[in-house]
Amino acid sequence: MPDLKLERPALSASAWIGQVLLYALFALVIGVFSQWPIYQHLAPDLALIKLSFTHTGKPVGECRAQSEAELAKLPPNMRAPMKCPRERSPVSVEVDIGGVTALRRSAAPSGLSRDGASAVYQRLVVPAGEQRIAVRLNDDARRPGFTYRREATVRLAPAQVLVIDFDAEKGGITLE
Amino acid sequence: MRRFNEVRPQALAAWRRLEQGFDRAFSATGNPLRQLGGLGLLAFWLLAASGIYLYAFLDTSAAGAYRSIVDLSEQQPWLGGLLRSLHRYAADAFVILLAAHLLREWLHGHYRGARRYSWLTGLPPIALVFASAIGGFWLHWDRLGQYSAIATAEWLDALPLLAAPLARNFLAAGAVSDRLFSLFVFVHLGVPLLLLFALWFHIQRLTHATVWPPRALGAGLLFTLLVLAAAAPVASHAPADLATVPHALRLDWVLLFIHPLAEALSPAVAWALVGGGLLTLFALPFLPQPARIPVAVVDAANCNGCRRCFADCPFAAITMVPHPNQKETPGRPKFSGSPSGGRSPQGGDLGGTHAVSRQMAVVDADLCTSCGICAGACPSSTPFRSVTELVTGIDLPSSPIGALRQRMQRGLAALTAPRPILVFGCDHGAAVGPLAGPDVAAFSLVCTGQLPPSFVEYALRDGAAGVLVSGCQPGGCEFRLGPRWTEQRLLGLREPHLRAEVPRERLEVAWADAGEEASLHRALARLRERVREMQGVVGPKPKAASHA
Repeated sequence: MPDLKLERPALSASAWIGQVLLYALFALVIGVFSQWPIYQHLAPDLALIKLSFTHTGKPVGECRAQSEAELAKLPPNMRAPMKCPRERSPVSVEVDIGGVTALRRSAAPSGLSRDGASAVYQRLVVPAGEQRIAVRLNDDARRPGFTYRREATVRLAPAQVLVIDFDAEKGGITLE
Repeated sequence: MRRFNEVRPQALAAWRRLEQGFDRAFSATGNPLRQLGGLGLLAFWLLAASGIYLYAFLDTSAAGAYRSIVDLSEQQPWLGGLLRSLHRYAADAFVILLAAHLLREWLHGHYRGARRYSWLTGLPPIALVFASAIGGFWLHWDRLGQYSAIATAEWLDALPLLAAPLARNFLAAGAVSDRLFSLFVFVHLGVPLLLLFALWFHIQRLTHATVWPPRALGAGLLFTLLVLAAAAPVASHAPADLATVPHALRLDWVLLFIHPLAEALSPAVAWALVGGGLLTLFALPFLPQPARIPVAVVDAANCNGCRRCFADCPFAAITMVPHPNQKETPGRPKFSGSPSGGRSPQGGDLGGTHAVSRQMAVVDADLCTSCGICAGACPSSTPFRSVTELVTGIDLPSSPIGALRQRMQRGLAALTAPRPILVFGCDHGAAVGPLAGPDVAAFSLVCTGQLPPSFVEYALRDGAAGVLVSGCQPGGCEFRLGPRWTEQRLLGLREPHLRAEVPRERLEVAWADAGEEASLHRALARLRERVREMQGVVGPKPKAASHA
């Protein structure tokens, strides 16, 4: 091995101490910020209402009978006597809390042909305690006003989650 | 844009001062700020190793996951508990190292030119790291996991991707099924596999990529994380309960900062910030850049197909092709197509008995960074060749080896001091220009690796009393491997090597980054002292005219 001297002095005691301190600083940064400061996701005196549903609205128009001439133009396997519009109504929803409208949304039907379900997911932070909640929903563009209504007085514990959903099999708007 | 360009040099100078501070504690070879990529990969492997152990004990059902992790911590505090904490802290370390690595590469402008590929392939792993890390919290299915899963779903729902909101999966206690939990498992296990694949792409165009940090540094990181895991074990929150909102959380801000950010600013703004940030990073290589230095060119007449440039190129920019002047070359190993194929680790030919076609180097202009390391590796770069105009096999048009010989001869001839010294440095390391004086001629190369070692011997035989070779600190080379190859060449460990007959006491090597000029001055003072103590004439008189 040729005797080539490179300037690489051995580490001094102060360098070793510096290393320990830098490793400790690295550990401190990780140790602290992996759990501190405490994150207050929701204040202790609040509760959460989640309004969420997926619901397919009614067709936007009435079905009508096809004439003989219209049926004749169609292939035999597609000659349905009634023709219904494919597009669905948007679903409109309003939520009142304590008599005040807290949310008003209209969800468009999904899909390129607007024939899918309308979906809503909305969080409402409210004070814990007793709340008067009124929910109104319309899923039929042919009818003015609201097709479903639900009113209830609920007592919400701090941090409790109340879910407002829509389930036609359970009669419409549900509060759970 | 102008302000952006003004900030970077200032920030780079500050970063270099930080690196120099770390040098004092770790030494240049073990400086973690110059080993961020290797340290990051070590953190990844720590995550993989600890994760495999944890997975063996994880109950991958929604109902059983929480209990299985708590049991692991309680029943195996010195292995399971320690590894669980190590797993979390290694993830934090990985993200911090990744951020520092990204910052350093940006400060050095390593997003443009031939480095565009490494820059661009280094960006998707950022998203994969966070996706994997955030998914890991869901697997525990405690209050923190519940919060993170819902916050992630709500954040994703801000994108118009799905017909039904993902957050509906977390509306009621029974909503999180084992099937959904299998998706959590896939995210936390599948995404790291993608990440590994992405990291493989990231280093594809680097030869001799640093995939492990120096042993002492790796041990230091492992020890630090183990001590932290033992001193502050990661504790579980209460089990998930979808009927209530988790309100006070010990949030891991390093890994989960995006959730509070999205809450504070709105999910759409958080997407705009994250997407805008990533797009900006992606766009950097495509913004107007300074003109590139012309890439290396091969001179077929002087290329003998020795493959040294092929082995030494840090960016795999050189390939070997059949020489246009075809003839059989007995005893040369077959071309294997890999940078190390047919060569020893030190770069020497392994020999062979079969004959293959003569080869020639070809430079891929898109990959070449114009560092000149290939010219330093070329055996035709020796200044001892008795040709009027020194043309080597592969060279930088903007800074050819022949011009360096002329400059060296003229510089040496101009020195009037009895014991002249030549200094070879690089444009990116400590400035060598200020060292020039009555007894010193200084030459700054694109990279120290551009210096053929035979220039040292030539200088000493041509009248120099001593030669000082300088370059960036280990790990700090702008072109990755310049000082490493130079050192190995000077030590005789790599071809082309400095001949053993060259008196080593007349050679000084000093690695110093920009801003560490004092280190160069000390090295020069040492060399000056040594050559002053030498008896008699140290070399023949300059013969600058012979090749000029």
